Amino acid sequence: MMAVLQAYAPLLPEIIIVLGAMVLMMQGAFRPENDAETSRIMWLALAVLVAAGVAIVQLGEPARLFGGAFVDDAFARFVKLLVLAGAGGAMVLAFDEMKAQGSFKFELPVLLLLATAGMMVMVSAGDLMALYMGLELQSLALYVVAAIRRDDAKSSEAGLKYFVLGALSSGMLLYGASLLYGFAGTTSFAGIAAAASVAGAGQNLLLVFGLVFLMVGLAFKVSAVPFHMWTPDVYQGAPTPITAFLAAAPKVAAMALLVRLVMTALPGVQPQWQQIIVFLAIASMVVGALGAIGQTNIKRLMAYSSIANMGYALVPLAAGGAEGAQGVLIYMAIYIVMTLGAFGCILSMRREGGLVEDINELAGLAQTNLFLAFALAMFMFSLAGIPPLAGFFAKWFAFLPAVKAGLYWLAVIGVVASVIGAYYYLRIVKIMFFDDAKAPFMATRAKEGAIVALALVLVLGFVLPFVASPLVEAAGTAAASLK
Amino acid sequence: MSFLSNFWTEWGGAVLWLAWSVASSLILLALLLIIIAFLLLMDRKVWASVQLRRGPNVVGPFGLFQSFADLLKFVLKEPIIPAGADKGVFLLAPLVTAVLALSAWAVIPVSEGSFFGLAEGKWVISDLNVGILYVLAISSLGVYGIIMGGWASNSKYPFLGALRSTAQMVSYEVSIGFVIVTVLLVVGSLNLTTIVNAQKTGLGTSLGMPGSILDWHWLVLFPMFVVFFISALAETNRPPFDLPEAESELVAGFMVEYSSTPYLLFMLGEYVAIVTMCAMTVILFLGGWLPPLDVAPFNWVPGIIWFIAKVTFVFFMFAMVKAMVPRYRYDQLMRLGWKVFLPLSLAMVVIVAAFMQYGGLVR
Amino acid sequence: MALQAVFFYLFSFLTVASAVMVITARNPVHAVLWLILAFFNAAGLFVLLGAEFLAMILVVVYVGAVAVLFLFVVMMLDVDFAELRAGFIKNAPLGAMVGAILLIELVMVVGMRFAGTAQVVRGPAPAPVAGSTISNTEALGAILYREPFVFYLEIAGLILLVAMMGAIVLTLRHKDGVKRQSISAQNARNPATAIEIAKVPAGGYTVPPKAPEKVRS
Repeated sequence: MMAVLQAYAPLLPEIIIVLGAMVLMMQGAFRPENDAETSRIMWLALAVLVAAGVAIVQLGEPARLFGGAFVDDAFARFVKLLVLAGAGGAMVLAFDEMKAQGSFKFELPVLLLLATAGMMVMVSAGDLMALYMGLELQSLALYVVAAIRRDDAKSSEAGLKYFVLGALSSGMLLYGASLLYGFAGTTSFAGIAAAASVAGAGQNLLLVFGLVFLMVGLAFKVSAVPFHMWTPDVYQGAPTPITAFLAAAPKVAAMALLVRLVMTALPGVQPQWQQIIVFLAIASMVVGALGAIGQTNIKRLMAYSSIANMGYALVPLAAGGAEGAQGVLIYMAIYIVMTLGAFGCILSMRREGGLVEDINELAGLAQTNLFLAFALAMFMFSLAGIPPLAGFFAKWFAFLPAVKAGLYWLAVIGVVASVIGAYYYLRIVKIMFFDDAKAPFMATRAKEGAIVALALVLVLGFVLPFVASPLVEAAGTAAASLK
Repeated sequence: MSFLSNFWTEWGGAVLWLAWSVASSLILLALLLIIIAFLLLMDRKVWASVQLRRGPNVVGPFGLFQSFADLLKFVLKEPIIPAGADKGVFLLAPLVTAVLALSAWAVIPVSEGSFFGLAEGKWVISDLNVGILYVLAISSLGVYGIIMGGWASNSKYPFLGALRSTAQMVSYEVSIGFVIVTVLLVVGSLNLTTIVNAQKTGLGTSLGMPGSILDWHWLVLFPMFVVFFISALAETNRPPFDLPEAESELVAGFMVEYSSTPYLLFMLGEYVAIVTMCAMTVILFLGGWLPPLDVAPFNWVPGIIWFIAKVTFVFFMFAMVKAMVPRYRYDQLMRLGWKVFLPLSLAMVVIVAAFMQYGGLVR
Repeated sequence: MALQAVFFYLFSFLTVASAVMVITARNPVHAVLWLILAFFNAAGLFVLLGAEFLAMILVVVYVGAVAVLFLFVVMMLDVDFAELRAGFIKNAPLGAMVGAILLIELVMVVGMRFAGTAQVVRGPAPAPVAGSTISNTEALGAILYREPFVFYLEIAGLILLVAMMGAIVLTLRHKDGVKRQSISAQNARNPATAIEIAKVPAGGYTVPPKAPEKVRS
């Protein structure tokens, strides 16, 4: 018995989360519904995430389980910790606001936990089937969560749009997976890699079509242009705390999945997937930067911002190699911090009637709430990539591998796009600091404040060596473990 | 000539096989329908006795030919199709009900061994190795006859009856499925013959007794036996779960607009389904064709007699329930299915599985 | 074997024909009924393949449960088919294009298999050993509940759990003022709490007794 349990030890973080979700579900279903009970469930859910994080840190030797379907290596652990941090941060943000909106249900943390479990399966996937099932587990929970304010037409619409387009992308992904299976005769990444490394495999139409469809499916999930159409609507329609969740952890997981797929399953056909990644990266950077300019709703703006950010994150991936993977990981880690911080600020834009989302409502924020204005300004500067903030280093580590790999023009387009993007980030700063003051917001809640402060410290302090170097090193080890 | 001989060498086996299948099916159907005619009479007689009436007693001695008289009457009446009805579906519905109900009997073994000494003969038309799933599948299809009939009638009461029936049958199939799973866990096979033979040994024989009624599954799986029996009542729309045709609420439910032969087919399908469920109860829980005590006078009696006797007994219980229990309200019916039977049968699946695994009983 | 071929063509023809009827039927209920026929014939094809377990599960799950719900919904909805058809011509080219692309790719997959250009790592699925007594139910179980597939099975279970929770959280409404039956409360009643007998003097009257303890029923 113990030997069996020992053999499954690498699954421990996932098991903790899933069992925790089930226990919380039972507790929610059988205990009376009141404030004390729901807040207890929320804190317990956070505790579950923390426990899973501890379990990840404590894991022993890297292992492959279930015939390679579940891979536990440094890469998986790094990304899982990121995912847990993103999920936990978003959950803290979600707590008070969802309660204030009167739409806090005990199912919310349970579904978020299960979505997190799905992301962790994705990150560890070493097989097309595990990839798909993890993705579905994650997506299905997120569709529901996006529509959780079911009496709100916008939230329902967001959930429905997310669901329909997500189902479409899953279909594409499955079709691509089946073509790859038809090509290789196996669904395991190792087997596909072996089949794809045969000379002339790049000319095989089956492989190429399978690759394209798979990429399309994953591009939907990371909302890369031209498969980004759902993002602004879903971001705007979903309740803001849920948007924060959608913007953070799932993006990291899907990006990591993409990295693992192209690096471990398809290294033999790099020229083929490189074209696709380059196209996705350029399109996302440009469309994200241009699309955000006309936006007046801050959530839509964040949506375009995340599209552009996905473009930047794809740049090092196009370069390939361990250094490219390292670039993606660093970018995503910093992206999570900036996103959660920015959403913490957005969740503080509260008046009597609830949240306000119009950018012009921020006018003169510096005069009414200097801390909030400063924090938001810092996140905007960071997203724009202005040194010495974290966002600058993220872009640095993203463009460097591309330059090294000889993709100069890709890096140039990236820099141009970030200059264009800087316009709308700086516009917010201008509105906050130089426009006439509007009615002040309500006081920032403690939980949002904590997240904002933490993110602010990380963004400002990234330049310090004892913040930056452990992250860079860990990302390097993680990227090196991808084989 | 060579063409003929070629044809015969290539297709001969197939033709023979087909002919044999058709013939044996016809024999089974004829016998089954005759038995059902008398079971129908029994149903009415039992019902009447409980209510201190005589029941049908005019046609033939003790009214024995009543069912045949009814048959003639139905066939000779004019079929009426309502003006707004969807004619094709309307006429298809009773056919679907009757054909599906009858086709379940293709896999039900009524005894074992050779059929009167014929080499090819068996007491079952097709000894399918997923027989129990086949019966489950066919009985879950029974709902189509009802829902098609209810919809095609283009009228309120039939539609309400059809909706009720659909929800009811889908709900109770779940618990029936779980009951079957527990039996499968104990037996380790989906084949109906194997399931019966597994009941040759059991609780009684482990105590050193000859094979007996104590070995059958009804004892070891008693809660499941009860759940299955009640679910079978609901699955076949028998009282106290006859809400689809509740005459005091819906006139006659999905059958309101039917008359003549289509109506007859509905009734026939319903009774065949009931007898199928009785036979399933006998096979799963009451030892099929096995004698109640495997000693001299009992095991002289052929298996088929025991099988028919047991089916008749279960049918008698069905009839008694109809006579004695008042009709359930719809929400009570749903509550019973989802909140009582489903958890109970699910828990039993877990308990039985754990018992088989850790009690070292896996066959 | 010859008979098998006959049944194969019968089932295949009926599957394709009823699939065509599904999309051409004017009445949505008829379309669903044709769909059921298509499922049923697909099950027949499974039986011919020797996959009788899959066949039965197809019938139980798709025909017996999923299609019933389909039928349910279609019967309840008042779909205006004239309106739906209006969009048909407009969207037909797009649909045809997507269909054509998928078809071409499928042909490529199959073609490559036959042309022998696909890299086959693991080779074709192993055929059942002749004369083995393992039924396909058993074989399926042995694959599904052991490594590596048990992992997928567990995740599939989680996905279903999420689906169930999602359905509940998006639709369940606790309405106020609904009278519910509490079976346990009803069963806990006894004559002492439910009935009160009052003695009425002859020719007189009595104050109505205190109303018995109310049990929601």
